[in-house]
Amino acid sequence: MRAGLGLLGLLAAFAASAPWLAALLGHDPFAPDLFNRFAPPSAAHPLGTDELGRDLLLRLAHGARVSLAVGLAAALAATGIGTLIGLLAAWRGGWLDAVLMRLADGLLALPALPLLVILAALDPSVVGLPRGEPGADMLRLALLLAAFGWVGVARLVRASALSLLARDFVRAARALGVSEARLLWRHVLPGLAAPIAIATALAVGGAILAESALSFLGLGIAPPAASWGNMLANAQELVFQAPLAALWPGLAILLAVLGCNLVADAISRGR
Amino acid sequence: MIRLLATRLVQIVLVTALLSFAAFLLIGLMPGDPIEMAIAGDPRLSSEDAARLRALHGLDQPLMARYLAWAGGVLEGRFGHSRLFALPVAALLWPALAGTLELLGLALLLAAGLGVGLGALAALRPALAPLVQGLALFAQAVPAFWLGMLLIILFAVHLGWLPAGGAEGGWRALVLPVATLAFANLAAYARHAAAALAAALAEPHIRTARARGAGEGRVLFRHALPNAAVPLLTIAALDAGALVSGALIAETVFARPGMGKLIYDAVMGNDFNLALIALLVVAVVTMLATLMADLAQRWLDPRLA
Repeated sequence: MRAGLGLLGLLAAFAASAPWLAALLGHDPFAPDLFNRFAPPSAAHPLGTDELGRDLLLRLAHGARVSLAVGLAAALAATGIGTLIGLLAAWRGGWLDAVLMRLADGLLALPALPLLVILAALDPSVVGLPRGEPGADMLRLALLLAAFGWVGVARLVRASALSLLARDFVRAARALGVSEARLLWRHVLPGLAAPIAIATALAVGGAILAESALSFLGLGIAPPAASWGNMLANAQELVFQAPLAALWPGLAILLAVLGCNLVADAISRGR
Repeated sequence: MIRLLATRLVQIVLVTALLSFAAFLLIGLMPGDPIEMAIAGDPRLSSEDAARLRALHGLDQPLMARYLAWAGGVLEGRFGHSRLFALPVAALLWPALAGTLELLGLALLLAAGLGVGLGALAALRPALAPLVQGLALFAQAVPAFWLGMLLIILFAVHLGWLPAGGAEGGWRALVLPVATLAFANLAAYARHAAAALAAALAEPHIRTARARGAGEGRVLFRHALPNAAVPLLTIAALDAGALVSGALIAETVFARPGMGKLIYDAVMGNDFNLALIALLVVAVVTMLATLMADLAQRWLDPRLA
């Protein structure tokens, strides 16, 4: 738990320090500086510069803001939807449970990335989302990832809720005349804290991976905004000139996902 | 068994129909159509020509009618032409599917083999278990496209041993994509093989086999592994979608022809008919693979049936 939270805390601090780092180094991470392309690491550019002479450390920090924000937003939305659907399916049972779980099975059986690639290429204004603004890409990605991410949460929540709903304290609460809404909110939901926390941690890691894959493929966060995925897309075209540029964004993704998985692992072991 | 097969086949048909409908609708709602692109490409085209072309291709029909016409054609095997490649879609589809299945099959064998090996190591030598667990956690967190790039930098750019991508070079062009895809899927197999083998090794018939004097290797492979095969097939069934997603990444990073690259190229080239049909083929293949793994699981363990 400590290791995972520590990793995530470090990355969050790195993301938060982006403007402060920019002031310290005195560069603009979005402005090209064509006299300084592919600069090696130095005091002025601790990680060197990219093909447009932009500082890699600063872009990495701005990428952390985007990647962590999209991952967190997508995971929270997925957890919200998934908890609601899982709880509803377990509480209501019957045909509603069957329909919701078959829907989840169907989504789970599909290859997610090819589907996301096609959906990410669609014009977001069709469904009334803004287009072309800096935040629009992030919103679009978060919604898209949440639309697929809820399935895992819903299945975990449903399984745990089913076992809770069969317990004696639920029958006792019902016998006392507690309303169904209050029963779910006050008696069942608190008992679901651990599975929901595990599912959220896994969802954050999954969303960060998926966002970086889509941005890497050119369908996520569009340049000049930085995300770890689109930095790697740039780096791939330049493996011969600047192989080191490929190292840092990937390492950042690895550490972020590792942190999330470590946290999920620790909660599931009860530590 | 028959009941399972029937319900699952119905489910596959339903999911495919829903998916095609939803995707067709979303694509159809996008502003602009191929005729508008043709107008942009050729300013001499008059608006009468455009209207005539729209009527010719049925683009003046309402979306629902277009979907039904398109779906009917696909069901009859008329997949249409790819605007991007100027070829019939069917001519692009089957070679790409063969390429992807080759990549997937090899990667699955490698991932399952290595995963079971690591799992066996962890189950037999508990001192090594944390190491295997750490490796699995690490493998799960590595972005596949990044690993592919690092392999290209090391083996193609620096050492020059293997090609950086493409289809030429026979098996040499397969090594890096297969390694990337296998590593990305290794973690689940290693973790579950370790757990399943540890559970299988704790059963009484293992003690009997050991008491009879069977060697550790024989105990592991003849007595424990068959029992551990069922949970591993569950993982194979659950991970079919992830494996196909990984193939899309491996194919794009290594510029290797296949379904993933076909879908990606079609999306990037605005060839949505090709993208949609390729997506449906990939989805059906994935769901059939999951079904096969489930059937094999029930065949191996009659208690599940």
